[in-house]
Amino acid sequence: MAHVRLKIQRFNPEMDSAPQWREYTVEAEPTDRVLDALHAVKWHHDGSLAFRRSCAHGVCGSDAMMINGKNRLACKLLIKDLKQPIVVEPMRGFAVVKDLIVDQTKFFEKYRSVKPYLIAEEPPPATERLQSPKQQERFEDTTKCILCGACTTSCPSFWANGEYVGPAAIVQAHRFLFDSRDQGAEERLEVLNKASGVWRCRTIFNCTDACPRGINVTKAIVEVQNLLVAHAKQGSTTDAAQ
Amino acid sequence: MRPVVRHQYDAVIVGAGGAGLMAALEASKGCRVAVVSKLYPTRSHTGTAQGGIGAALGNREPDNWEWHMFDTVKGGDYLVDQDAAEFMCKEAIRVVYELEHMGLPFNRTPEGKIDQRKFGGHTKEFGKGPVQRSCFAADRTGHMILQTLYQQCIKRQVTFFDEYRLVDVLMREGRCCGVVALCLATGELHVIHAKAVLMATGGFGRMYKVTSNAHTLTGDGCAILWRRGLPLEDMEFFQFHPTGIYKLGILITEGARGEGGVLRNRTGERFMERYAPTLLDLAPRDMVSRAVHQEIRAGRGIDGKDYVHLDLTHLDRRVIEEKLPDITDFVRTYLGLDPVRELIPIQPTAHYAMGGIPTNLNAEVLADEQGRVVPGLYAAGECACVSVHGANRLGTNSLVDIVVFGNRGGQRIAEWAPKAEWAALPDDPEGSAQEQLARLEANRGGDEAARLRAEMQQVMMDDVGVFRIHAGLQEACERVNRLRAAYQGVGLSDKGRRFNTEVEELLELGGLLDLAWVTATAALARQESRGGHSREDFPNRDDAKWLKHSMASLRGDAVQLAYKPVTITRFQPQERKY
Repeated sequence: MAHVRLKIQRFNPEMDSAPQWREYTVEAEPTDRVLDALHAVKWHHDGSLAFRRSCAHGVCGSDAMMINGKNRLACKLLIKDLKQPIVVEPMRGFAVVKDLIVDQTKFFEKYRSVKPYLIAEEPPPATERLQSPKQQERFEDTTKCILCGACTTSCPSFWANGEYVGPAAIVQAHRFLFDSRDQGAEERLEVLNKASGVWRCRTIFNCTDACPRGINVTKAIVEVQNLLVAHAKQGSTTDAAQ
Repeated sequence: MRPVVRHQYDAVIVGAGGAGLMAALEASKGCRVAVVSKLYPTRSHTGTAQGGIGAALGNREPDNWEWHMFDTVKGGDYLVDQDAAEFMCKEAIRVVYELEHMGLPFNRTPEGKIDQRKFGGHTKEFGKGPVQRSCFAADRTGHMILQTLYQQCIKRQVTFFDEYRLVDVLMREGRCCGVVALCLATGELHVIHAKAVLMATGGFGRMYKVTSNAHTLTGDGCAILWRRGLPLEDMEFFQFHPTGIYKLGILITEGARGEGGVLRNRTGERFMERYAPTLLDLAPRDMVSRAVHQEIRAGRGIDGKDYVHLDLTHLDRRVIEEKLPDITDFVRTYLGLDPVRELIPIQPTAHYAMGGIPTNLNAEVLADEQGRVVPGLYAAGECACVSVHGANRLGTNSLVDIVVFGNRGGQRIAEWAPKAEWAALPDDPEGSAQEQLARLEANRGGDEAARLRAEMQQVMMDDVGVFRIHAGLQEACERVNRLRAAYQGVGLSDKGRRFNTEVEELLELGGLLDLAWVTATAALARQESRGGHSREDFPNRDDAKWLKHSMASLRGDAVQLAYKPVTITRFQPQERKY
């Protein structure tokens, strides 16, 4: 066990007028996760510290937060790999509910706006629809998304304009746009072609850097942009870029 | 007293993992449904399931549901109710196709069908050798099931109460009539009056120190029904998965062995050759976990320590990186090792509760060992015990269970709820919830809860783990009971209402302590070894005395145990060899 120093942004809008920094020193192993250190604070120093977490191994997407200036999952970063004090803040761009917990209502609204479900009108066969391994690989990368929000809240274009649908929603749209079984391209592209859609991306790559699942987010966004261009050439989009 | 908000829905589903979402989809075809979940639905633990979902599609080689059923029954050491297993293994095929139709991105065979791979305990022709039955999406099958079901719920515009924590289940004259939930964002209580309630609240692996389970897997639904006097079935059977990452407990899928990985002890020996000559490393989990423990006890753990190695180094790099990408990432992230070149240190990790809320084939909750149904109350998934897993669950069958019985429960609700009369709420429906929360607020806060939790997890690990013995179990019962008494004094240091996660943790701890007590008590009573329950003082299975399900109920402040027979249809119990 070693001493680990943390500097955490605390804010409870029930009581505080503004966010404050608090420092804590806890006992932890160097190979422990930042999440373990946050638990050490909560369980042994200050029970009021609020953060989301569940699976603790980078799959559920609950504990995305800004750690030493970058959006990361607290359960996927080891203490030994970080400079101390470890500086922990909530993700940027959404209202803080309490401490490290942000209000994700708008994030999920954006997600729902791209119709994130398979749209296929013909009745399915009695067994599975066929899809070649190559067709399946085409959209596999974007199926990995866990909706943690790290990409969208690291995006300067989103910080500049909260209406931007954001990388996470585009990743979700990509997952269906490139699925050979899906027939919802028209409806989705209409949403993505709006002023708040994919054209707000400035290929800054923060999203790709932030993704804890290693999704090539910027590439997915560019592929969706290219798809829109191809559709426009075919004259098949109903809503021109605004 | 907290402010109270009231709602009315035909049906409430508690929990938004695979079972809850599947039930919500089906139920919403016939009535107004709300889903209450303490997490955003996509955070649910179904999302961490890795290796696959078993269904006898026969896409890679001949297979049929009866072989799957046989494997399930034998894997469960004959404690499985065979009518339930038959139903599940037949339905698995239909439901897997349904998931594909919903858009689930399965890996594909060269012909474009759903790809399948080998998994522990799954065999062809009643045990002749391994069979490729596990339908998979890389090593994130559960993630894809959870995402796909949530997507469909969005399409169907299902109502969600996200981040609402169950505090009470409302009963009146033996009938269930709603729930009380705490809105985490505001601290308000919500009373939801409903004709039907389906519990899909998952397992409770957090009673153990080393576990693959999420922090939030705390058995909330099981504990609340238990306190309401309803029984819990087969609680002594808890599965340890053989390949958890050393110390962390994070799961390394059995699919790693399905793709050809092997276990090795300190001498490099593939020790499963001695324990299961036919299925080797793909023997069922209870057997492999015991084998790992026995190697460690015999001093053949790595460097004499309490772990062995999982060896993938002989596999093709492409197989590891393309078919097992997530576990490769876990090993690189948490151990700093590359599984392509290096051995992975593993130890058994507490993984799955075979026991839980007793249900029948319609996912209706049973009030007693005679099979009397609790009107309006349903359960599905890990929190339920139907019993398709018996004394030991086979790999892939948890995903089968959640989708099949979630689906079935949802169907029943859709048929039943529109016709059913409303039952009145009990007087003062939120009274008990208010009282519980007020006590936590009145008590003094501190790190007492953390101490109680750590002690419970250590006791359960030491004495109610892979191997058990009378003296240890007795000690565990006594110590857990002392912790339960101490829990009455724990309180909040954070008295705020807004997103008070300390409230949530304390409620979870209270539930876990009760479930740990039931687990240890049922384990102490069962004087035989069967599946995941292995007694050093009773090393053999004893069908004459113990081929029966336990039903534990709270009476006064004691665990009362009753028993009920196992349903046996096609397969008579035989010696379990692999």
